[in-house]
Amino acid sequence: MPIRHTTRMADPPHRRRAHASSSDLERYAGLFAERTRVMRSSAMRDLMAVTARPDVISLAGGLPDTSTFPPQTFAAQMTRIAQESAAEALQYGPTEGFRETVDCIVEVMGAEGMLPDPEDVIVTTGGQQAIDLLCKTLVDPGDAVICEAPTYPGAIPVFCSYQADTIQIECDADGMRIEELEATLARLDGEGRRPKFVYSVPTFQNPAGVTMSLERRRRLVELARSRELLVIEDNPYGLLRYDGESLPPLYQLDGGDFVIYVGTFSKILSPGIRLGWAVAPPPVMEKVVLGKQAADLCTSTLTQFFVREYFRSGRWSDYVESVGRIYRSRRDAMIEAVGRHFPPQATWTEPDGGLFIWATLPDYIDTGDLLAKALRRDVAFVPGQSAYVDGRGRSSMRLNFTAGDEDEIREGIRRIGKAIGEQVELYGALTGEHEAVPREQAPDGKEPNVVPFRKAEGE
Amino acid sequence: MKVAVLKGGRSLERSVSLRSGARVEDALERLGHEVMPLEADGELVKHLAAEPPDVAFVAMHGLGGEDGTAQELLEILGIPFTGPSVAACVRCIDKSLSKYDLRAAGIPTPDWFAFNETAFRELGAADALAGLEGRLGFPLVIKPSRGGSALGVKFAERQADVPAALVSAFSYDDRVLLERFVDGRELAVSVLGDEPLPVVEAIPQGGDYDFEARYEIGRTSFVCPAQLDDSETAAVTEAALAAYETLGCSGFSRVDLILAEEGPQLLEVNAIPGLTDTSLLPQAAEAAGMSFEQLVERIVELALEPAVR
Repeated sequence: MPIRHTTRMADPPHRRRAHASSSDLERYAGLFAERTRVMRSSAMRDLMAVTARPDVISLAGGLPDTSTFPPQTFAAQMTRIAQESAAEALQYGPTEGFRETVDCIVEVMGAEGMLPDPEDVIVTTGGQQAIDLLCKTLVDPGDAVICEAPTYPGAIPVFCSYQADTIQIECDADGMRIEELEATLARLDGEGRRPKFVYSVPTFQNPAGVTMSLERRRRLVELARSRELLVIEDNPYGLLRYDGESLPPLYQLDGGDFVIYVGTFSKILSPGIRLGWAVAPPPVMEKVVLGKQAADLCTSTLTQFFVREYFRSGRWSDYVESVGRIYRSRRDAMIEAVGRHFPPQATWTEPDGGLFIWATLPDYIDTGDLLAKALRRDVAFVPGQSAYVDGRGRSSMRLNFTAGDEDEIREGIRRIGKAIGEQVELYGALTGEHEAVPREQAPDGKEPNVVPFRKAEGE
Repeated sequence: MKVAVLKGGRSLERSVSLRSGARVEDALERLGHEVMPLEADGELVKHLAAEPPDVAFVAMHGLGGEDGTAQELLEILGIPFTGPSVAACVRCIDKSLSKYDLRAAGIPTPDWFAFNETAFRELGAADALAGLEGRLGFPLVIKPSRGGSALGVKFAERQADVPAALVSAFSYDDRVLLERFVDGRELAVSVLGDEPLPVVEAIPQGGDYDFEARYEIGRTSFVCPAQLDDSETAAVTEAALAAYETLGCSGFSRVDLILAEEGPQLLEVNAIPGLTDTSLLPQAAEAAGMSFEQLVERIVELALEPAVR
């Protein structure tokens, strides 16, 4: 006898969970870990929701341009993976990552003169996870960690979530001011504290666009050696150089004893594959691997296969060169536009590579509020405050020149410049300090007030 | 019933609106309504005309949604909508307008002066500033006339802070308010139909009740009903209801005020207050024994009542 369904089919489940009432929220809030108190979202992030509108020119993201990656290559690689290694590509992989991925990493690092021991490498889910795992390994609540001022805005939430006491060292055109670092270390000595690490993006820094000079690199590495201080070198942009001579990474200068290296395929291939890595001395690596096991067992096998396949063609560096040419022209367009549209009181950096320039406006302009004004004109940037832990950076902004094309960049900068110009003019009207109006008509935008960071005296 | 939920838009409070909207959609679905989620963009009218809903739930905040713009379109299309009328929205969104109305009706609101940008740029209003500062005293609150969620609100402790605070406030609107700072307890009275809901007190955990504090769980603690004695509750509720009526609100709205030594001082009326997890209206409704679904159902009912719009 056929089985008959006598019971009525249950109602389909709700599409979304029921939202919590405020008393539910209180109940959850009572369960939150202490660290969630220092994990915070920001008004800026909410304002950024507006930038998702298609009519907004966003100079806010840190996005590389993935539109130039040939779809045929993408398709052919995925097809080969499916045909030749489907079962393996769909399986878990080793926590440290596949040896083949590590070989690709060694090749990329070799292009910048580094020779890491493959045993010291762990493949991570983006460079971001590498930062997280290193903090997980090294930082207890209240521990001092040191980074640049401004620093990579994405590192701050990581430091916060491990309840680090984050100390920021000023940057100038030559990167982190080592003198100030030494003074800070001395002060910490006096307090009987030893920082867990110095986090630095020495090359084409995010967000400032500046590059640490060779002399400072040497001093930082010496300092690390003499004080047995760990340095985390985050180098996502080193291969995206548009001008000038390459400088040796800290890792190369140090040889990997006190410099822990963080790298990523995001900017040289794709951020969507979420593939990064860390290189650390074996005792540190051992703990990082345990942390990674707890976090996600292993990095996506599929995207590791993608990278392996891609590197097989041997043309990865051609691709990096080709995007580099595109980015160089966009950087030039941005610097030209900033020179034309920003008021004379503004200063900005002129990076030799990377993704960003950093502009600083008169101190009466709050770039968070300026962002609101800019959004009314459908253009966005990152307010400088997000690159500091202590509310500094209110008059600065990060501008990305790689996500959009030259026309978008020029138009975006023109709109921001207009908004700034209005604020400058208004401030002048309010205080009687009438300053020169923006040089919209400047014969050539490239002149003198391209003042990057102040050079530190005596350095 | 087919209910369109209007959300998003170009306002700076877009993400708050998206959260309010999502939560309302949930509730409507659980109430058994047919939900039409609509992003307030260039296609809005086309969608509404193609498939007219029985009622539109306006879950938009800030300019474009809370200022009567969307409501005007709904009136043209003949679609009943939740919350206050166009006229009430227009009065509420602009604090400089609503404060004149409140004062004319004898409802206490802190002393203020309002300026538009042209006054400073073209008429030399800067020269009048010093005199005003003298009359309002320090600290001064400087805020955009339109807009919500404390965006662009600055405190000027002394004269030197004023120009930069004005530059900030003018980033959000071309009209700003200089308002006497009133020290006291921060209260919000939500009104549903013509019924006041229990008073909510916002107690910031360190610092001001700024944008972040408003939307982040744990940054501000809310007490509802607020710990007030009977006469305080009566005074606060009465002032809030008077403000609600004076500005012509209907459906629902939230009245923000300070309970100062000299009694309640009305700050503003939010025509369409937030309906997110951390928003005050849902908390007040809950304290009155209403679930979020019941609140949403009641708001929809009120929209369909043949009221004077």
